Amino acid sequence: MTISSDPGIQKAPAATADGFDFVYSPRFRALVSQTVVVLLLLWGLYEMVANTQANLAKLNKNFGFDFLTNAAGFDLSTTLIPFSSNSSYATALIAGFWNTVLVSVLGMIVSTVMGVFIGIMRLSKNQVVSGFATLFIELVRNIPLLLQLFVWYALVLKPLPSAKLAINFQDSIFISNRGVVMPHPTFGEGAWLAPLFLVAAIFGTWFYARWARQQQFETGRQLPVWSVNSAALVLAPIVGFAVAGWPVTWSYPALAGFNFKGGMTIVPEMAALLLGLSIFYAASTAEIVRSGIMAVSQGQTEASMALGLTRAQALRQVILPQAMRVMIPPMASQLLSLTKDSSLAIAIGFPDLMYASGTVNNQSGKAIEVFTLALLVYLGLSLLTAAFMNWFNARLKLVER
Amino acid sequence: MKFLKLLALASVFGLSAVAATASTLDDVKAKGSINCGVSEGLIGFSNPDASNKWSGLDVDICRAVAAAVLGDATKVKYVPLNAKERFTALQSGTIDMLSRNSTWTMSRDTTLGLLFAGTTYYDGQGFLVPKKLNVKSAMELGGASVCTQTGTTTELNLADFFKANKMEYKVVAFEKNEEVLKAYQEGRCDVFTTDQSGLYAERLKFAVPEDHVVLPEIISKEPLGPVVRQGDDQWFSIVKWTYYALITAEELGVNSKNIDEMKTSTNPEIQRLLSVKTKADDGTEADNDFGKGLGLGPDWAYNPIKQVGNYAEIFDRNLAQLKIARGKNALWKDGGLQYAPPIR
Amino acid sequence: MAREFVRTVDVPQRPPPARVANFWAVWRDRVAPSPLSAVATVVIALVVASTVWTVVDWAVIRAVWSAPDRTLCSEPGAGACWPFADARKLQWVYGLYPIDQRWRPNIVFTVGALSLAGLLIPKVPGKLWNGIFFFSVFPVLAVALLLGGFAGLSFVETTSWGGFLVTLIASFTSIVVSLPLGVALAIGRQSELPIVKLLCTIFIETVRGVPLVLVLFMAVNMLPLFLTPGTVPNKFAIVLVGVALFFSAYMAEVVRGGLQAMPKGQYEAANALGLHYWKLMTFIILPQALKIVIPSIVNTFIGVVQNTTLVLVVGIFDLLNMVNAGFNDATWASPQTGNTGYFSLAVIYWVICFAISRYSLYIERRLNVGHER
Repeated sequence: MTISSDPGIQKAPAATADGFDFVYSPRFRALVSQTVVVLLLLWGLYEMVANTQANLAKLNKNFGFDFLTNAAGFDLSTTLIPFSSNSSYATALIAGFWNTVLVSVLGMIVSTVMGVFIGIMRLSKNQVVSGFATLFIELVRNIPLLLQLFVWYALVLKPLPSAKLAINFQDSIFISNRGVVMPHPTFGEGAWLAPLFLVAAIFGTWFYARWARQQQFETGRQLPVWSVNSAALVLAPIVGFAVAGWPVTWSYPALAGFNFKGGMTIVPEMAALLLGLSIFYAASTAEIVRSGIMAVSQGQTEASMALGLTRAQALRQVILPQAMRVMIPPMASQLLSLTKDSSLAIAIGFPDLMYASGTVNNQSGKAIEVFTLALLVYLGLSLLTAAFMNWFNARLKLVER
Repeated sequence: MKFLKLLALASVFGLSAVAATASTLDDVKAKGSINCGVSEGLIGFSNPDASNKWSGLDVDICRAVAAAVLGDATKVKYVPLNAKERFTALQSGTIDMLSRNSTWTMSRDTTLGLLFAGTTYYDGQGFLVPKKLNVKSAMELGGASVCTQTGTTTELNLADFFKANKMEYKVVAFEKNEEVLKAYQEGRCDVFTTDQSGLYAERLKFAVPEDHVVLPEIISKEPLGPVVRQGDDQWFSIVKWTYYALITAEELGVNSKNIDEMKTSTNPEIQRLLSVKTKADDGTEADNDFGKGLGLGPDWAYNPIKQVGNYAEIFDRNLAQLKIARGKNALWKDGGLQYAPPIR
Repeated sequence: MAREFVRTVDVPQRPPPARVANFWAVWRDRVAPSPLSAVATVVIALVVASTVWTVVDWAVIRAVWSAPDRTLCSEPGAGACWPFADARKLQWVYGLYPIDQRWRPNIVFTVGALSLAGLLIPKVPGKLWNGIFFFSVFPVLAVALLLGGFAGLSFVETTSWGGFLVTLIASFTSIVVSLPLGVALAIGRQSELPIVKLLCTIFIETVRGVPLVLVLFMAVNMLPLFLTPGTVPNKFAIVLVGVALFFSAYMAEVVRGGLQAMPKGQYEAANALGLHYWKLMTFIILPQALKIVIPSIVNTFIGVVQNTTLVLVVGIFDLLNMVNAGFNDATWASPQTGNTGYFSLAVIYWVICFAISRYSLYIERRLNVGHER
């Protein structure tokens, strides 16, 4: 085949000395198209604001955040901060926020631990173990989280007895369909010694780890770093507490009429939410862990073995550090999703930020204000998690040589 | 971004009906049907059956208005709404009227841009408890866990009641009614609270309805009624007077079965209700057409009564099955609160 | 580091791994390579067996297979209440869609399924035209047919749509809108025009930073206020827009991954050939970039299907919500009704999502073969 017609040579894209070619100048084009975009955006914004004003005026409403100090008038089933129907709308939102934080953080911890465990199970040589992990992952990943939450909520409530027949552990922990009620500690004078000791222990373990490493470099002797340090971290606050003379009083729950008085309660809604989130995200985490480990080439394992490392040593010293670098970015987005999906609490009645926003909006009619606040908070939480994971990622990268 | 905005706008406008510019009446006539907001399912008030047919007191109010305006009670499009979105739907014009067991309160009348067109059912918030708890009065509920729906006045009344009586309680509130019922049945809470009519209705869904009792106390006034948007007085009057026509019909003994005979009645009140032309002794003709004032035809009251029935018929048809007595909803002359201003 | 320790004496050598050849040894190696592992095997076997037994016992052995109402299902010890599922199954599929008009969704289902099958099965010819039909003509036809209101077809409000129909519509719309929009956003984010880039980045990151539930609440509660007074947006349409925009941001990130994987040489070569930006994108970059990320795109689709269940919180009757609403029926309300509904839902969603994920794997393998050649 021959080319019958020459495609033609394009004009040079830049300006020439004698005349500026507007049509083909990339800079000019960029300027025009962006101006158009900005104008369109401004026009859209203007329309939006104008329409909103007109609509609000028609509805006899105004825009403003004054309502936040009004009394809420409703109660929430469980809060970390004191809340009653006398509290303000703002307090309701803050209480919801802390519940979101609580459930997200707990969910992150549980799902990561479970996920790592299942991910490693999936790679097990034992085919029953790996098969079970695969079954678990495929089952959990392919059913919508919302449905799982409903199921967990039903499963959590169904077998539990009523408050009067609560499962009783030593008269201090009661499990019933009102939730798990446990003694609530009140710390007294001198309790600050415990965190102080813990901080001291953190510094201590850090120095010990450094010193042990130096020792290894110099003598080849491996000191028991991991076990010593974890023991130190666990024992330090306990010792601190003992030194202060156990300054803690427990308020024990007791059945009074319909419900338990005193103590603190994990309501069934929270248990179901936590279970659902943890299990759903454990499955995704397991897949990330597996692909992270698989991404480290088989040669690394073989080389470690050839050097005489045991399987456990090879995993901890060679495979995991490399796998971690592959795992961190997807893990970051995983944890972000978990935080966002904690908003499904609204479907099973756990008063998180989304639930509180929905209720406040409904009682006050301030949709724009309430949901903008919620948007900013969720965005803030996401950015915070992302920033932390970026920092963690950067730290891990330093290990790379 | 540009593409995105355009697409978003296009899809919103594309699938939306541009309406509610001038008058709801013209709009409804043009559409040929009324969009009526109802609850997502509450036996006795608005409930779809397996063949998707809606029935209930609230539904019958929608049908009555459709009969008054369009002459055909079937020309209603039901829009099931949850507690949270009901007023927004009315404000935004998605629906023409809301008949969804909504409580008439001052703030809803004054700050939401809405108007309540009457009280079709006098209700009050009550408590339902399992019989086995042996509770005889709401005053014995100190410390109880109470299941309720969020975003309703119920939630606020509940807090007020327990505060006023210096009792503690734990609220367990859900977004959706199904979840509330499920939680109560699973024993998550001791008490279920909502409007008393609702308690009777929901009780029917329990495995053994007789195992649950409605406590005698009513802790709030809940006048339920149809709602319209502010700023359209004509439409407001239509809804209001359609309801009054149903009450008046009961008062005058006019019902769907005898209405055609009643047209020949010489009772001037009935003649005015049914727009029966009368001749005075001096030969002048009075057309008695009060529909004109509403912008409707002379059959404005005939159609709803004929096709839907008077208030007593509507009440019996929908609420008798729940074993709810007329009580406060009897006519004023029978000691109740249902009262219609005279048609003249 | 000069101080680093160097071993001078060999560590004692470990014995070579035992050679396993006979059948039992191989089998033992698979289920119990070590005593601890053997314990794990036994524990897992017990857990799985008891779970399977519980489910089979409930769903088959103790199940109620036919009953006129809830009486049998309410008896203590009764298992799954299948008559409930049987009585409600059509409502699960069509929602409140008028019964005499159900042939309309049926046509939509059939045409959609045929066209989709044509697209998914590699051997079927006419991919291009079929694709154009499926992604542009079919949606319009489907909406027109379902809505009606012309040519003698009765008008069916979107409020009467429900069940599986709505789940399918919501998933399909999200996929059809989010794919091109996601591509546009991804290209915009890579753009050299600073303002376009900034806007796309802000949009993507904001949407990815908030929960879908919030997006839905905002769409339903706030969007009507932003529109010209008097416009009455359809709630279902608003929710669809919300879900579609939400997933566009996620799709954009998936596509960006593909774009970033393109070697710079591709751009330079295309420039050298004299292709301008749009031709470069349409003919050189996107076809290759999209091909790499097809598995991720399909995985996003699984997320879309699963997350359509969230429309429940704003009162749209998708499959999950429709089943949930059925629990309220006085005829069928029993302690087992909820479990039966949830179990059926779990099976339905599992089959759909599992099928999509298998297909994704299959496509991934096919594409890999192409690369290795």
